[in-house]
Amino acid sequence: MKKWYQISTILLLLYVIVGGFLMPVPRLPIVNESIRNLYFHVPMWFGMTILLAISAYYSVQYLRKGTESLDDHAVESVNTAVLYGLLGLSTGAIWANYTWGAPWNGDPQQTMAAIGILIYVAYLVLRGAINDPLRRARVSAVYNLYAFAVFIPLIFVLPRYTDSLHPGKGGNPAFSQYDLDNTMRMVFYPAVIGWTMLAWWITKLAVRVRQLKRKQEEIQAHRQIQIEENT
Amino acid sequence: MKRLFYSLCLWLFAVLPSWAQGNEVEMADALRANGKIYVVVAVLATIFLGIVLYLVSIDRKVKKLMKD
Repeated sequence: MKKWYQISTILLLLYVIVGGFLMPVPRLPIVNESIRNLYFHVPMWFGMTILLAISAYYSVQYLRKGTESLDDHAVESVNTAVLYGLLGLSTGAIWANYTWGAPWNGDPQQTMAAIGILIYVAYLVLRGAINDPLRRARVSAVYNLYAFAVFIPLIFVLPRYTDSLHPGKGGNPAFSQYDLDNTMRMVFYPAVIGWTMLAWWITKLAVRVRQLKRKQEEIQAHRQIQIEENT
Repeated sequence: MKRLFYSLCLWLFAVLPSWAQGNEVEMADALRANGKIYVVVAVLATIFLGIVLYLVSIDRKVKKLMKD
């Protein structure tokens, strides 16, 4: 990862944490100060969705070109996205506990998000079930595209058709003037960018580990062959 | 010994609040106790812990690779 990337990620998140706790927010009943969770809980979902889009892109590229590194990027993006999804789910449960009265309310958005995460956990399980690396990469790339095609309507379309505790549901657009005022946008957009950049940073690290591991296994296999040839 | 320890603890819990009431330094906790700011703190702590744990696991993998 380039240095400018790391520095700008850290600066953005530092701004988000300081600004997120100290900048003025609208005074609303029930949510009170917890409205500031918008800068931390919501970017988890944005980051997850952006990473899943990146993963789908890499899967398409893999199917076109068949380079192993493209498959590595696709898997590790999903790994980080699932981490973000789990964090989004658990932080949402904390927030819901104090504003909606219970950690789990069977809210359509909550349920769909949980299903979305499970679809991607199935992707990881599917990969674990296939031993041949070429077949694993190809089959999981195709599954990944299907998963993304299901995930988007599950999260962004279906919950809007029903009543939900989340803002912007029941036919209303999300992030209208009632949910988000202009000072909040000044922290919210950098928050989405910052948390997503952090996710990509983590993903690139994990990709590096995966590739080093493969190289190591190749070297060991090579040595094994040499030893067998010598004896 | 044990009983002495417990009674000391009990005494501390009983007496400390009354000491605290003595000095009236206004801190942020009193200001925001009902403002649900601690919900945000809990959320941020959860996210931070989750990401740090994941990074530690990646770091362990790198160290293991470096060793071999």
